[in-house]
Amino acid sequence: MADYYRSEDLARFAEIGEEAGPLWEKFAAWYGAVFEEGALSEREKALIALAVAHAVQCPYCIDAYSQECLKKGADPEQMTEAVHVAAAIRGGASLAHGVQMRNTVHGVGM
Amino acid sequence: MTAGRILPTLSKRGDPLASPARQLELLRGVRLRRTFGEALASASLFPLRPTTLEVLQLNLGKRCNQTCRHCHVDAGPDRREVMPRDVVERCLEVIETTDIPTVDITGGAPELHSDFREIVARARAAGKHVMDRCNLTVLLLPNYTDLVGFLAEHRVEVVCSLPHYRRRQTDAQRGEGVYEESIEALRRLNAAGYGDPDRGLVLDLVMNPVGAFLPGSQASLERDWKAQLARTHGIRFNRLFTITNMPIARFLEWLEASGNLEAYMERLVEAFNPAAAAAVMCRDTLSVGWDGRLYDCDFNQMLDLEIADPAPRTIFDFEPVALARRAVRVGPHCFGCTAGGGSSCGGATA
Repeated sequence: MADYYRSEDLARFAEIGEEAGPLWEKFAAWYGAVFEEGALSEREKALIALAVAHAVQCPYCIDAYSQECLKKGADPEQMTEAVHVAAAIRGGASLAHGVQMRNTVHGVGM
Repeated sequence: MTAGRILPTLSKRGDPLASPARQLELLRGVRLRRTFGEALASASLFPLRPTTLEVLQLNLGKRCNQTCRHCHVDAGPDRREVMPRDVVERCLEVIETTDIPTVDITGGAPELHSDFREIVARARAAGKHVMDRCNLTVLLLPNYTDLVGFLAEHRVEVVCSLPHYRRRQTDAQRGEGVYEESIEALRRLNAAGYGDPDRGLVLDLVMNPVGAFLPGSQASLERDWKAQLARTHGIRFNRLFTITNMPIARFLEWLEASGNLEAYMERLVEAFNPAAAAAVMCRDTLSVGWDGRLYDCDFNQMLDLEIADPAPRTIFDFEPVALARRAVRVGPHCFGCTAGGGSSCGGATA
């Protein structure tokens, strides 16, 4: 499993379209439109993608959006802050579920 | 100036890559899926011919008060190559007797040349549009603080290097402390009226990636640069030019040392854009070296790729009809100008 993720596999992403072409084409068009400049700048969207990549822990996305962030004009400080946002939401989500734990404890406890 | 930010040039270090021949050997040793000539042919552009000569670009020499890590000139304070007086005089003669509309002055830091102000003044008096490629920090040097006023008085378009609107990236590429000085220089240019759309004094910024990747969309980055510089420093400017780093001299050294050379060259080749190829600057620009030799562009100049026979080889033999018939000399480095949105001294081309 040491080589489960290989950098060169990212370039093969489009092979997914070989089994379900129309779905891939819809995805690719939608994906492209999502990252076009709109109410958010291309740089801001790349930073969000980088944060999400860390949250879902996708090595391909982390590689791709680390480079994309630089290309779109982000700097390492901005990128690091974006990763902290992802980490804060992941960590915060765990902690916030502590309320569920407390509900259970209060429900069954004395 | 912050101590320790100046590094010895390749030339000073006696590095083999100080030699243009060694640089070309290294570049040609990278296996690419096709040559630049083949890429041009695929766009029906080979051999590449000039269009109309719009820009005479004068490289006044390799002296500079900075030693940026990506510099394709290998410029620095330890370089001694500066344009001698007879070459200056001949360039001015060509400027004053031809209808080439734009004079683009570069270096090194061209302002350090003792004839810089005379060149600007005479080119302007001849009715030319004059551009100064400025590293910003030169405007703060003790004997040059009146330069901003001089440039404004002569209505020179100032094209300034600032790889990023934040400190870290700028200093990483250009040297510790360069960012703060660059911001101060921009403030002085703004105070003189530069960047104010109502004054007509044009201030352009040039960004280039701080690493082995291509610049993003010029329009999108310009919006970002304008918003961020206005918000954080109250600085305004007219246009942002995105320029791709060329695999030449110190950037080539860095690419090789960091293990990025092959992947970067592949990236450039993969991103070949026929529209950018049709608009490359070498088609409407003539580059004059510090010693008077002629080149298709500043990059060919640094690689010692002189203009092709039988066109005139030096400014002393300048002859526009023969120059217009030449074929532009190309090599693997040319993929830097045709990748993605394209790259030129005026930014993206496609």
